[in-house]
Amino acid sequence: MAGSSNLARQQVVTQKKQSKKEKIAVKTMKRLVKNKLALFGLIIIFVQIILAVFAPLFAPYDPIKQDLTNAELGIGAEGHWLGTDNYGRDVWSRLVFGARISLLVGIGSVSLGLIGGITLGLISGYFKKLDGIIMRLVDLLFAFPGILLAMLIIAMLGTSLVNVVIAISIWSIPTCARIVRGSVLSIKKQEYIMAMKSLGASNFRILVKHILPNCTAPIIVFATMRMATAILSTAALSFLGLGAQPPTAEWGAMIAAGQVYMFTSPHLTIVPGIAIMLVVFAFNVVGDGLRDALDPNMDLDY
Amino acid sequence: MVGLIVNRLLQLVLLLFGISFLVFMSMHLAPGDPATIIGGPTATESDLAAIRAELGLNDPVLIQYFDYIRGVVQGDLGYSFQNNQSVSEAIAIRFPQTLNLAIASMVVAILIGVPAGIISAIKQNSWFDVSSTTIALAGISIPNFWLGAMLILIFSVQLQWLPVGGLNAPFWTMEGMKQLILPAITLGTASAAMIARMSRSAMLEVIRADYIRTAKAKGVKRNAVVWIHALRNAMIPVITVIGLNFGFLLGGTIITEQVFAINGVGRLMIDAIAARDFPVVQGTVLLVATLFVVVNLLVDIIYAFIDPRISYD
Repeated sequence: MAGSSNLARQQVVTQKKQSKKEKIAVKTMKRLVKNKLALFGLIIIFVQIILAVFAPLFAPYDPIKQDLTNAELGIGAEGHWLGTDNYGRDVWSRLVFGARISLLVGIGSVSLGLIGGITLGLISGYFKKLDGIIMRLVDLLFAFPGILLAMLIIAMLGTSLVNVVIAISIWSIPTCARIVRGSVLSIKKQEYIMAMKSLGASNFRILVKHILPNCTAPIIVFATMRMATAILSTAALSFLGLGAQPPTAEWGAMIAAGQVYMFTSPHLTIVPGIAIMLVVFAFNVVGDGLRDALDPNMDLDY
Repeated sequence: MVGLIVNRLLQLVLLLFGISFLVFMSMHLAPGDPATIIGGPTATESDLAAIRAELGLNDPVLIQYFDYIRGVVQGDLGYSFQNNQSVSEAIAIRFPQTLNLAIASMVVAILIGVPAGIISAIKQNSWFDVSSTTIALAGISIPNFWLGAMLILIFSVQLQWLPVGGLNAPFWTMEGMKQLILPAITLGTASAAMIARMSRSAMLEVIRADYIRTAKAKGVKRNAVVWIHALRNAMIPVITVIGLNFGFLLGGTIITEQVFAINGVGRLMIDAIAARDFPVVQGTVLLVATLFVVVNLLVDIIYAFIDPRISYD
C-alpha cells in the first residue's frame, strides 16, 4: 500500500517536472515566434529540413546526371526552372540535394563539437585541478583565427566532406567549452549543489543531472549560431576545393564551378549563393531570437 | 603597466611555442611520407633513405621540432616539397599583398561599421536603426566568396568599372586603388557588420549611464554629449572587436585572395594544402596564427591604456 502511494507521488512529481519543462519550452517558443525576423528564420530552416529529408521527391532530376544536350540553360527554361549548369545538370535538383548536405554537415559538426565542448567545459568548470590545463589548451585553439584551424586539420587529414565535419567540430570545441565552463562556475556555487554534495551524490551525477540541465540555455543558443557558422564554413571550404569534391552537389562547390561561367551563365553563381545566405541568415536570426527569448541578460557575443 | 606588458609577453612566448608545436605535430602526424612526396614515384628505397636522412626524419620527433624552431627563429621555415623553394622567401614575396588587403578591409569595416552602429544607437528603433541592424545581420550571413563573385559580376563584368582580379599595382596608385576596392569590400563586409553591432550595443549601454544624464542636465549640447562624453567610453569594447577582427581578416584573406586571384599568402596556403606540401602549410599557418596572437596582445595592452578601470592582476 505504502509502496504504491509512494509510486503515485513519484509520478506526480515527475509529471510536474515535465510540465514545468514544457512550460519553459512553450514560453520560449511563444516569445521566439513574436520576433518577426526569428519567425522568418524558423520558416526557412523548416523549409530546408523538408527539402533535405524529402530531397528525391522535390528534385525532378538526378543531381549528378549529365545531359550535355541541355547544357547552360538559363533561368525559366522549360523543365528546368532554375536552368542547368555546364554539364546540363538541373540546378534546382542540385540545390535540393545541396540542402541535404549542408544540413547533414551542419548537424554532424555541431553535435560533435558540442560533445567535445560540453565535456571539456563541464570538467574544466567543476574540477579546479584540471581547469588550468584544459583552459590553456582552449586558449591554444583560440590562437587560430577563424577558419584557419579547420584548414590546418584538413591539411592534416586530407580534403573530403567527412574531414570538413571533423575540422569544423574541432574548431567549435573551444568556444563551447568556454561557454559551458562559465555556466558551471556560477552554478557550482549555488546552495542546491552544496546540498547534493553533502547528501553524498557522486561528481558524475551532480555534473550530468544537476549542473548540465542548467547550462542548456546558452548551449542551445550557441548550437544554433554555430549551425550558421558551420554551414557557411563548409561552403567556403568546398569553394576552395578543400571540402566536397565534384560532382557532389554542394552549394560552395557549385559556386566555385559556376564562377568559370560567370560571363555566360551568371545564375550558376547567383543561385547557390542565395541559398547559403538564406540558410545562414535563418540560423543567425533564430539564434539571436532564442538568446533574447531564453534570457534577455545572457551575453554570448564572442 | 610594465608588469602587465612583461606578463603578457611571457604568456605570448608560451603560446607561440604551443602554436608551433601544434602546427608541427599536425603536419608530422599527417598521413603520407614526405620522402616519397619529394622523391616522386621513381625514387628507389636508397633515394628515399637519403632524403629522410637529409631532412632529419629519422630523429626523434622532439628533436625534429626543436630543429624546426631553431630554423624559424633564424627566419628559415624549410623548403617546399613541390619546387624546393624556400618557404620564407615564398611568404616574403606574397605577404605584402595579403597585408595590403587586410588593412584596406579593416579601413572599410571601420568606416562603415562604427558610424552605422553609433547612429543606430542614437536613433534607436528608427527606420535607420531597423534597416542597419537587419543589413548587419545579413552582412554576417553573406558568404564572402559569393559576395566577391557578385561584386565582380556587377562592377567588372556588367559595368566594367573595375578590374576582375589581381593585385599587383601599389595601393597609392590609381590602378592599385581600383584593384583593391572590390576585395576590400568583400572581406570588410562581415567585419563591418560585427563592428556595427558592437558599436550599437556599446553606445546604447553608455547612453543610459548616469553621467550622460548628468551631462545632459547640465545643459551640454546633444552633439557634444554623444560625440565626446558617450563615444569615448563606448569605444572601449569596440576597439576590442576591431582588434579581434583584424586577426579574423587575416584569416579571411585566404578566401578573398582565391576569389580575386590575388597572389597572397592565402593562395599559397590553399595550393599547399591541396598538394600536401607540408612545409609551406606549416609556415603559412604559423605566420597567420602568430600575427593573430600578436595583434590580440596589442589590443589587450591598448585596452588597459585607454580604460584605467581595467587591471589584469
